Amino acid sequence: MDNGSIIIKLENITKTYPMGKRELTVLKGVNININKGELVAIMGPSGSGKSTLLNLIGCLDKPTSGTYYLEDKEVSRLSGSELARIRGQKIGFIFQTFNLLSRLTALSNVELAMTYVGGIDRQRALEALAKVGLSERVRHRPIELSGGEQQRVAIARAIVKNPSIFLADEPTGQLDSKSGEEVISILTSLHAEQGITLVLVTHDINIASHCQRIIQLKDGEVIAEKSI
Amino acid sequence: MKKWFGTLTTVWLGLSTHKLRSFLTILGVVIGVASVITLMSIGKGSTQQILANIQSMGANLISIRPGASMFGGVRGAVGGGRTLTMEDADAIAQQVPDITAVSPANTSNLQLVVGGKNTNSQVNGVNPEYFAINNINIGSGAFFSADEYQSSSKVAVLGTNVATTLFPDTDPIGQQMRMGNIIMRVIGVLESKGAGFNSPDDGVYIPLTAMQQAVAQMRTPQGGRIVSTITLTVSDSSQTQNVIDATTSLLRTRHHLSASADNDFNIMSTEEIAKTLSQVTGTLTLLLGAVAAISLLVGGIGVMNIMLVSVLERTREIGIRKALGARDRDIWSQFLIEAALLTFAGGIIGVIFGWATAMLINRLGVMSTVVTADVVIMAVSVSIGIGIFFGFYPAWNASRLNPIEALRSE
Repeated sequence: MDNGSIIIKLENITKTYPMGKRELTVLKGVNININKGELVAIMGPSGSGKSTLLNLIGCLDKPTSGTYYLEDKEVSRLSGSELARIRGQKIGFIFQTFNLLSRLTALSNVELAMTYVGGIDRQRALEALAKVGLSERVRHRPIELSGGEQQRVAIARAIVKNPSIFLADEPTGQLDSKSGEEVISILTSLHAEQGITLVLVTHDINIASHCQRIIQLKDGEVIAEKSI
Repeated sequence: MKKWFGTLTTVWLGLSTHKLRSFLTILGVVIGVASVITLMSIGKGSTQQILANIQSMGANLISIRPGASMFGGVRGAVGGGRTLTMEDADAIAQQVPDITAVSPANTSNLQLVVGGKNTNSQVNGVNPEYFAINNINIGSGAFFSADEYQSSSKVAVLGTNVATTLFPDTDPIGQQMRMGNIIMRVIGVLESKGAGFNSPDDGVYIPLTAMQQAVAQMRTPQGGRIVSTITLTVSDSSQTQNVIDATTSLLRTRHHLSASADNDFNIMSTEEIAKTLSQVTGTLTLLLGAVAAISLLVGGIGVMNIMLVSVLERTREIGIRKALGARDRDIWSQFLIEAALLTFAGGIIGVIFGWATAMLINRLGVMSTVVTADVVIMAVSVSIGIGIFFGFYPAWNASRLNPIEALRSE
């Protein structure tokens, strides 16, 4: 594990949304460094800017000001299609609501992640599903899977691309505690075995306690950082 | 290549999940394309039929008709004038080169009576060359001879329809019939040419000389014997235009027309008549096509409507795809290809339906129809074009969605 090299570097990031005539500043100068292979939780109350921060890290959005370096490359000024390429190659998203396509099988959902980056490789998709323990259910559609299984398909969809960072937004928010624990244990074992970098947004302290570092956000500012 | 395959798979998934909706979406295009194919095939079929009829009239023909008559500056109908004479025909025969036959003719509607039966028919006073020039063949009996023509014999050759009307039960050859107030002897019956433009089946043919005696002799003020048409055959079709030019200048001289005056006759080759008629039917065909194209347009609007709904419904899917690395243009092409593929399928189905309908119309004998490759290719490409045109805006809408908002949508 190459701990110590910085993979995400946020410098003085602000994000402002127009709200009618006034402007709403969601992030007010955030500075965060995240190392390669690190497991980081971002916590904070609703409206503190957690999701906005995660969207910026995930290149789904651009900061209003400030600089964002991803693997030493400045990405805060890139065009839409360049950002799309980075999302495709370097970012693995795991959403609270799973965001699987309901008409596709588990396998096709995993393969979907490869359509925009290099093309479909069925073997790799099957391996990714095996890693999350779903080898038996590759032909099932999301509606035929439990919530925990659906989230595991989503994790397989993220790992199949072998991305630089994993971003999880409340990954257990819609799961019962048992499925939630399963999902967290898959994520932590991926971290332990493969050294993935994972940034996790949660307000569950039990989940955050699995992480190496907790970043506390409030009103768009980092108010505390705590290494465990 | 692999990427294109991926896009196509994506598109196919999008369409196949909503089979009924996809079908209803393209129904407008199906109906549009089918009506374009059917109507164009009817148009083309009738054009071909008219041309075939003209061909059967004979090739290398030039026909001269009297031009518009002028009475104190008022122009009458074309053909209404009385400017052509037997003497004109003789002069043409003697002075214009490259002509094989000249046939002046006069027509008149006369009552024919045989026993208790009578009919009104177009009686044509012609010379013996007329039949060969116009590709008219004898069915039974004989045409009148040059001798009979010279001696103004009162003999008649009947079209098949006239023959069956007047002589339903007997052989007409050798029988007598009353025409106006003279008695004619039937010497022949024509071979049927079938219904069509200017069919001889409904006519009666007698020597022009006999006609000029029997019907009140019509003469120009100068004493010329008036005829209603003069038909020429040209020995070599490459000389057609020269013959037309030579004949025109001869007739202008004979009719004492000043250099600035219009011709007082119309001269046209079969080729030109065919051209004019096919222009008319071509315009009609276009008109039919345009009406059908409007239904294609309506179909296109239907496609746009459904594509807009489909984009709205799949907002979340678009968000997911964008999060997974789809660029705006990937989303755009996905929806555009989807629309184009829909209307292409509609076009193909429409061609099949339209073709079948055209065949059916032909088979039932209502009208002759011709489906040509250019119409099929045009209809299919237009239907793809409609998909691209009407899919453009929905696809653009889809590609512009903000991924964060799209992911949040229900």
